[in-house]
Amino acid sequence: MTERGRNIFLLAPAGAWFLVMLVIPLAVVLIFSFGERGPAGGYVPAFTLEQYANLPARWAAFKNTLILAPAGTLASLLIAYPLAYYLAVRADARWKTVLLVLVIVPFWTSILIRSYAWIFLLGGRGIPALLAMIGIEDVRLINTPFAVLIGIVYGYLPLMVFPIFVNLDRLDKRLLEASSDLGASPWRTFLQVTLPMSLPGIATGCLLVFILLMGEFLIPAILGGGKVFFVGNALVDLFLQSRNWAFGSAVAATLVVLMLGSVTAYMRLIRRLGAQREDVALM
Amino acid sequence: MTKDNDYISKRKFMEELDRYRRGSVTRRHFLGVTGLGTATAVLGAAVPALRPRQAWGQGSIGDRVVLATWPNYHDPANFDAFTEATGAAVDVNVFGSNEEMLAKLQAGGSGWDVFVPTNYTITTYVGENLIEPLDAARMPNFDPAAFDQRFAGPGIVDGTLYAVSKNWGTTGYAVNISKNNDVTPTTWKEFWDMTMDSFSGRTMVHDYQLTTIGNALKYFGYSFNSVDPKELADAEKLLLDAKPHLFAINSDYQPSMRSGDAWMTMCWTGDGKQMNRDMPEIVYVLGKEGGELWSDFYAIPKGAPHLDAAYALIDFLLTPDVNAKEAAFHGYPVADSRVNALLPPEVLNDPILYPAAELLDALEFGAAATLTDPNRAELLARFKSA
Repeated sequence: MTERGRNIFLLAPAGAWFLVMLVIPLAVVLIFSFGERGPAGGYVPAFTLEQYANLPARWAAFKNTLILAPAGTLASLLIAYPLAYYLAVRADARWKTVLLVLVIVPFWTSILIRSYAWIFLLGGRGIPALLAMIGIEDVRLINTPFAVLIGIVYGYLPLMVFPIFVNLDRLDKRLLEASSDLGASPWRTFLQVTLPMSLPGIATGCLLVFILLMGEFLIPAILGGGKVFFVGNALVDLFLQSRNWAFGSAVAATLVVLMLGSVTAYMRLIRRLGAQREDVALM
Repeated sequence: MTKDNDYISKRKFMEELDRYRRGSVTRRHFLGVTGLGTATAVLGAAVPALRPRQAWGQGSIGDRVVLATWPNYHDPANFDAFTEATGAAVDVNVFGSNEEMLAKLQAGGSGWDVFVPTNYTITTYVGENLIEPLDAARMPNFDPAAFDQRFAGPGIVDGTLYAVSKNWGTTGYAVNISKNNDVTPTTWKEFWDMTMDSFSGRTMVHDYQLTTIGNALKYFGYSFNSVDPKELADAEKLLLDAKPHLFAINSDYQPSMRSGDAWMTMCWTGDGKQMNRDMPEIVYVLGKEGGELWSDFYAIPKGAPHLDAAYALIDFLLTPDVNAKEAAFHGYPVADSRVNALLPPEVLNDPILYPAAELLDALEFGAAATLTDPNRAELLARFKSA
C-alpha cells in the first residue's frame, strides 16, 4: 500500500461517519433555512431570506444562551479548579481513586432524573423551606435563571474537573520545589508555576463545557419551567410544537455559526496565551 | 392536604426480611409489604426480556403497544390488566399539546400504535394522511349508538370512522383559594389580573397554543378560536405582560399545585377533579366568559407497528366496566351512555365533571384553523422564548 493509500485507509471510517452524520445533516439544515413553513407545518422548498430576517423574534433565547453558557462555564471552573487541585496535589494517594470515583458517580444516573431531583430541592418545600426556618422568607428559586445555573454547574462539573485534574496530576512537582527554593511564596508559586502549567487543562475543560452548554436544552426546560429559554429550547419548540422547520433551521444555522465564531476566537486567545510562554505546550 | 405515600421504615423492612427468611411469611407477602414487588414490576417493564411473554385470551398481538396520550389520563391498573390478559405491555408517552403530537407524526417514525387526538385536530390528520381509518368490526366493545354525538361526531370525517370517543371535558382553571382569602374567582379576567397582582410568581399556563392563547383572548371577550391578527396582537400583549409573573409554562401542573409552589393554573376537568379530591382547597373554575369544551379520541396513526395490539387496547379501554374504572380514576366525563350507567350518582352529579348549563353554553369547541394557523403557532413560540 502506498503512503497515500494508507492515509486514505486510516481516515475512511471517520471520514464516512462525518459525511453521513455531520456534513449531510448540516447541508439539509442550511437548505431548509432558506425555505418556508408548509400550510400544516413542516417544510416547503423555496428560496427566501425571510427566516433569517425573522431571527430577532428569538433574540431573548440567544441572549439567555450567550449569557448563561459563559456564566455556567465560569462558575463550573471556579468550583472545579480548587477541587481538581485538591485531588491532584493535596489528596492522600490512598484516597485519590475513591475521591475520583465519587466525582463520576453522578454520571451513573441519567441527567434527567438528577435534574428532576433539583425540582424538589429548589422548590418551595426544599431549600426555601430551610431558609424560612432561619427567617429568610419567600425565597423563590425554582424556574429562575439561578436555578438553571445551579443545574448547569451540577451537571457539568465533572467535565471540568477531569481535564484540570489530569493536567495538575502530571505536573512536575520538582518545579514547585524549585520555585520555593528560589524564594517564592506559596501563593506566588501557584500564580507563576501551577496556574500557567494547568492552562491546557483549564482550556480543555472550558471548551468542553461551553460547547455543550451552547446547545443545552434539558436543564433550562426542567429547572427553568419554560421561562428560561435557551436557543436549544427555541429549536425544540420550532420543530416539535409550531412545526416551522424552515425558521427552526435558520435558528440552528445561526447557532452553529455563533459557536464556530466563539470557539475560533477562544482558540486564538488560548494560542496567544500559549505563545507567550514557550515552555508550556497548550492544547 | 395531600397524603404522602407511606413507605416502609428501615426497621420494618428488616423485620419483614427476617420473617421471610424464617419462612413465616410468603414471598408474595414480603414483596407486597416492602414495595419490592412494585419496584421489580417497574424495573421489569423497562427490560424487554423480563416482560411477560405469555399471550392468551385474544391470541398473539405481540409483546407491546405504544400509547401517546395526555398527563394523568389513565388508571395504571387497567394497563396492568390489559398486559395480564394479552401479554402486551403498554408503553405510555405523555404529551403537553396536540401540536407536539402532530409534529411527531409529521416527522415520521413515531413508533406509536394508539394516540389520543382532540376533536379539532382530526380533519388535519386526515388531510395530512397521518391517521388510519378504523375498522369497527375489530372493536366489538365499540357501540356507536351508545355515544353522545356532540362529542363522538368529530371522529367521523366524510363518512369514515377515524377515531372513537375517549372522554370529553372543559378547560378552566384550578385555584388554591386558601391563598386568596377563600374567595373563588369566576372569570378569566380575574385569572390574568390575579396573576399579575396577588398571585405573582404563582400561576401556571399550559404549554399549548389553543388554551393559553384562547384563554388570553377571553380576557378581552374575543372568541377562544380567534385567528384575527388584531385580536391575537392583544392576546400577545397580555401574555408578554403576564410572563414575568408566571411560575411556569407547563402542561403538567399537578406536581407544582400539590406541592404549593403554584397556586393557580389553567386546568383540564380531570386534573381539577383529581386535585380537588385530594386537596379541597384547590377548586376548579370555568371562566364566565367561556373557554374550551373538548372531546378526546382514541385513534391509530398510519404505519402503527403493532396494529393488532392497537385495536386490542382501544377495544379493551372501551369496554364499559374498564372505561368506568378509568373515569373513576381520572375524573373526565365519558360520552358513552353504557359507561355512565355504571358510574355512581355522585360522579354524574359532580359539578366539576358536569358543569351547570349556563357555564357550558359559553364554551367553544376548538377550531381546526387554530391548529394550522402559523400566527398562533408563532405567537406561542415567541411568548415562550421572550
